[in-house]
Amino acid sequence: MNGSGLLTVRDLRVGFATEGGILQAVDGVSFDLAPGEVLAIVGESGSGKSVTAQTLLGLTRSPNARIEGSVRLRAAELLEADEAALRKVRGERMAMVFQDPMTSFNPVHRVGAQIVEAIQAHRGEVGKSEARARTVALLDAVGIPEAERRVDNYPHEFSGGMRQRAMIAMALSLEPEVLIADEPTTALDVTIQAQILRLLERLTGERNLATILITHDLGVVAEIADRVMVMYAGRVVEEGSLDEIFYDPQHPYTWGLLGSLTRLDRPRPERLPQIGGAPPSLLTPPAGCAFRPRCPHEFPKCPQPPPLEARLPDAPSHCDRCWLSPEQKREKRQVAGQIGLEAPA
Amino acid sequence: MTASSEPLLEVTDLVKHFPVKQGLLIDREVDRVRAVDGIGFKVERGKTLGLVGESGSGKSTACRTVLQLLEPTSGSVRFEGQEIAGLSRREMRPLRRQMQMIFQDPYASLNPRKRVGQIVGDPLRLQDVASGGELRRQVQELLERVGLSPEHYDRYPHEFSGGQRQRIGIARAIALRPKLVVADEPVSALDVSIQAQIINLLDDLQDELGLTYLFVAHDIGVVRHISDRIAVMNKGKIVEEGTADQVCERPRDDYTKKLLAAVPIPDPRESRERRQASLGSS
Repeated sequence: MNGSGLLTVRDLRVGFATEGGILQAVDGVSFDLAPGEVLAIVGESGSGKSVTAQTLLGLTRSPNARIEGSVRLRAAELLEADEAALRKVRGERMAMVFQDPMTSFNPVHRVGAQIVEAIQAHRGEVGKSEARARTVALLDAVGIPEAERRVDNYPHEFSGGMRQRAMIAMALSLEPEVLIADEPTTALDVTIQAQILRLLERLTGERNLATILITHDLGVVAEIADRVMVMYAGRVVEEGSLDEIFYDPQHPYTWGLLGSLTRLDRPRPERLPQIGGAPPSLLTPPAGCAFRPRCPHEFPKCPQPPPLEARLPDAPSHCDRCWLSPEQKREKRQVAGQIGLEAPA
Repeated sequence: MTASSEPLLEVTDLVKHFPVKQGLLIDREVDRVRAVDGIGFKVERGKTLGLVGESGSGKSTACRTVLQLLEPTSGSVRFEGQEIAGLSRREMRPLRRQMQMIFQDPYASLNPRKRVGQIVGDPLRLQDVASGGELRRQVQELLERVGLSPEHYDRYPHEFSGGQRQRIGIARAIALRPKLVVADEPVSALDVSIQAQIINLLDDLQDELGLTYLFVAHDIGVVRHISDRIAVMNKGKIVEEGTADQVCERPRDDYTKKLLAAVPIPDPRESRERRQASLGSS
């Protein structure tokens, strides 16, 4: 991490004041993002992946939120930016695509009109017909058939996949440098998911977009990501290149995630390897390694908080938060001839 | 055919159409949505039939029509040899305890104002199976069986995580020792690390209680893991049916092939190879 990236996040912490105390949703997340790169943030609900993404755009600001650390887009510090400056950033430089294409558009306005409005709100100099022409071109670029006619449709006249395409078109309408996609395909059927992933991949390449993909689905990650960050209980527990995470995973939680996948290209196991227990409460996280209560490989050092650091001599950018030695990890993650957390009972 | 070799559930030419009506004073049927358009399958005792399909394929409507929660437009549903299509609610009532359902959303399928003990115990109480201390004992035993603790009896649903709530829903479904359990997307709302726990639990319960499952899901990987046979639905019809491995490894139908090809492979190298292969062929 040399900090020369397009987007530089350092020690981001987001806490929310709740009736039960401070809920530390994000607890020290750092990463760099370069143009043309797809970074996948993987985790379960409560891991802090969505809060991280929303905080980048200032969407978690509230009187109950405490946000610390640094988010720099080129030279600009976003955590200290005022609302007016953030409004310029949102859409123009960083845009977001949400999970649910059914609720992301206003149902009473035509799809095209909503994109035109977004363009004109940010680019006052663009006339109506020019904005409309751009909208048609965008819808066409994301693969909406008959874009010229479809631009005047209402959201309910679009299928789920088309709405997500239109959402992506809207996100791209101001030519942002960073695209944040929060579970963009989770609500879609697999055949549509495949199309949307190909679209994102193509756009990332063509427009040199830096993309942050938030997902819980390692299958999706394998299809599109360059780098992967695995989050658990508000912290990054492992990060590395796509191949490092899939073929040499260092953290037991990552082993568990990989092991519990159902794979169509392998004979099916008698039982599905599982991770026992449930993620911890963020109000009272366990001391030390947060995964400790669910980890079958716990040993006396685990109550001390493990730092996120590179532990493999030949992979300086592959970091993890587990005290086991690389040799122990290699041995313990072998379950029934594949990577897993533990043998199914 | 002897009683033991007869399938627990046999569905033949089942149709469920929803009329589309229009008109000011008199509704005229102008069209119909053919949600289930003549499907047939059998589920053997103690086995699992997986029903896969994309949204809108009619799989959830099929489930509800099989259970007579929706009235079939036509066709036959035989449960243990007995025709149940067209039975009145009263006639269905004694059969209800033999067929139960597990729902997709554990946040929406449990009454938030009832305690866990009541949610799981209601079926036992309503069917006069147990009451008082005996009811409590049976419910606590059920809670333990699905991996919860007997102390959870007096808690409310909001105190539980998604996975635990789904366990509560499962405890409720098996309370009356049903023969058939219809599970409609039982794991798709759960986190990945919890999905495997619930699938393994369903597997265990099937072995212990001899349950027969009709398992509906859009995730072919999950369906293949739990099913003995798989039926693939598209546009209200079953386009292919076979053993789980046949359907997944040697699909015959074009739609099944398309569906399988779209499932992401969680393996970067194989995923790259497959993408290159599909680029080369297109």
